[in-house]
Amino acid sequence: MSDASTTAERLTYREACRQAIREAIIADPRVFLMGEDVGRYGGCYAVTKGLMAELGEDRIRDTPLSESAFVGAGIGAAMAGMRPIVEVMTCNFSLLALDQILNNAATIPHMSGGQFAVPLVLRLATGAGRQLAAQHSHSLEGWFAHIPGLRILAPATIEDARHMLAPALADPNPVLIFEHVMLYNMEGTLDPAVTGVDIAHAKVRRPGSDVTLVTYGGSLFKTLAAAEMLAGEGLSAEVIDLRVLRPLDMVTVVDSVSRTRRVVIIDEGWRSGSLSAEVAMRLVEEAFFELDAPIRRVCAREVPIPYPAHLERAALPQPETIAAAARSLVRPS
Amino acid sequence: MTVFRMPSLGADMESGTLVEWLVRPGDRVKRGDVVAVVETAKGAIEIEVFQDGVVRALIAEPGAVVPVGAPLAEIAAEGAAAEVAPAPPTPQPAVTPPKAPAGPTAAPPPQAGRVRVTPAARRRAAALGIALERLRGTGVDGAICLADLPSPAPPKRVPAGFDPAAMRAAIAAAMSRSKREIPHYYLSETVDVSAALDRLTRINAERDPPARLLPAAILLRAAALAIAATPEVNGWWEDGRFRAADGVHVGWAVALRGGGLIAPAIRDADRLALDPLMAALRDLVQRARGFALRGSELTSASITITNLGERGAASVLPVIHPPQVAMLGIGRIVVRPWVVDGTVQPRQVVTLTLAGDHRATDGHVGGLLLTRLAALLADAERL
Repeated sequence: MSDASTTAERLTYREACRQAIREAIIADPRVFLMGEDVGRYGGCYAVTKGLMAELGEDRIRDTPLSESAFVGAGIGAAMAGMRPIVEVMTCNFSLLALDQILNNAATIPHMSGGQFAVPLVLRLATGAGRQLAAQHSHSLEGWFAHIPGLRILAPATIEDARHMLAPALADPNPVLIFEHVMLYNMEGTLDPAVTGVDIAHAKVRRPGSDVTLVTYGGSLFKTLAAAEMLAGEGLSAEVIDLRVLRPLDMVTVVDSVSRTRRVVIIDEGWRSGSLSAEVAMRLVEEAFFELDAPIRRVCAREVPIPYPAHLERAALPQPETIAAAARSLVRPS
Repeated sequence: MTVFRMPSLGADMESGTLVEWLVRPGDRVKRGDVVAVVETAKGAIEIEVFQDGVVRALIAEPGAVVPVGAPLAEIAAEGAAAEVAPAPPTPQPAVTPPKAPAGPTAAPPPQAGRVRVTPAARRRAAALGIALERLRGTGVDGAICLADLPSPAPPKRVPAGFDPAAMRAAIAAAMSRSKREIPHYYLSETVDVSAALDRLTRINAERDPPARLLPAAILLRAAALAIAATPEVNGWWEDGRFRAADGVHVGWAVALRGGGLIAPAIRDADRLALDPLMAALRDLVQRARGFALRGSELTSASITITNLGERGAASVLPVIHPPQVAMLGIGRIVVRPWVVDGTVQPRQVVTLTLAGDHRATDGHVGGLLLTRLAALLADAERL
């Protein structure tokens, strides 16, 4: 495996995640990774394939199928001075560890008056699109973005997948990284000049002037596709990748909406009480008088994500539905 | 219904640029309310309405150059509003018939109920003084959106728009007219102001610096009283005859940083005691330098005073500001050997000068003014 920091190479999102983990473990003896099937099997999504053989069983640890136990163990290790990376196979299973995440990881630094830090990193797969049905396809990052004490990251690009882990490990508080399952196979190149990214700011992925499309994670590329469709119709859409779901970088969003005055928020989570609702409400609070049209959202249908491919597709935001929402704001008729 | 017109904010003003409306149609206004900002050669001036009433319509749009006397807005007199506003020709039935339930995709009729306006459009319309009721919305659900409104006027609040060259031209025009039309006579009197300044020193000894009185306040107080006693110099030369003013409205000449001169009025200055007069002076100078004067302050002066202050010359021969008929000059206060009760003493003295319009008054009247002023300053405890 070559070092991506010195030479440009073609790689997948999965490989970018693997490089980040490998680099972190080699660089810092306090860092280790544990989770279900991460060692011998190489990870449910093959992110950690080969790492146990290379780095040893102390650094890549298989755990029992008990999210509450191994997330709790990770919190304890972090409080004791380690820098654990805990992989939860999918965020659907994270609910079994919700008590640990909310009542311990997010809360102990506060309740101990800062005497205990919890420098824990949780990696969770999220999202639908692989016909894994209703117990393996949900997008729960919006729930976790509700919790004070956590930082929530949603790397959508190969660059963010490669570089968000290091600052997440450096954060003294728990950081949750949501990796969308449809992105693992995405291929691209890394800019060797980029050796790090921040975990504080949203990014404009495509500049535009008629409407702002705010999204993150797995919906980013659907949104960029929608922006391309709109460009063919003469509509200029600006695409913002939130990247960080908590704390939200509303400065970037408000700046964009203050220019375009129209906004569509695209979120694979369910609409009710969602992250998209939070972004929309913040815009109402912070940029009401900039708005020249109602705020629109494109979210998952409010159903458990269906198994059949055509229904799964219909339940999720798609480039066509995103473009239609944007069009209805810019060219109402 | 009356038409509110572009006021003349100076003898040589031909037109003004409407910068912004500060009222909207439907707003209730009282005489003296500031309703708009107009850009003139003298900077941005807040102009006031001259009657009570309700704004019916804004005629001029921000950015427009409006000649003096041209209509700016329609104002319905208070009470007459109902008479002026015609009843809707087809009165709505008291009970709206229930509408058929709309399908989930049916857009609501654009004209139903209240006007739909986007937040951004509502803000811009308010800034431009545009009545939303007259617009047709083309936005989402028929809402009035930014595209339905004119772009905001490029000129914003001065000082950005203040043009020193334009002010120079305005001064040139007014002063040329003065010297062309007004046969000036000049009088001067040097008076001992030690007593007045002693009084100020005693008052100020017990005050914090921000509350202290400046010599200008006591000089202005004395001058206002002397002018009140000499009504022949207080007014305007119009259409070949003198028109006396209804009060002592003293124009106070303020030199502007960056060049230029402006003389806004302190109305009824003779009725203000020292402290309110000092406050009025501070306020006026500050607003003049910030280009935040009101139209009436620029037009209502009935006589002007130029006070050269401590960095000025010892005396001045003023040029009367038409159509006023007199101008009083106050030189720098200086220490001079002065004969008091038969002995020479160092005293603080100031040279007062008067320029009079010989069409309106003769030198005798002007002399009375200076004599009265000197007497008031000598008896400073009464000021």
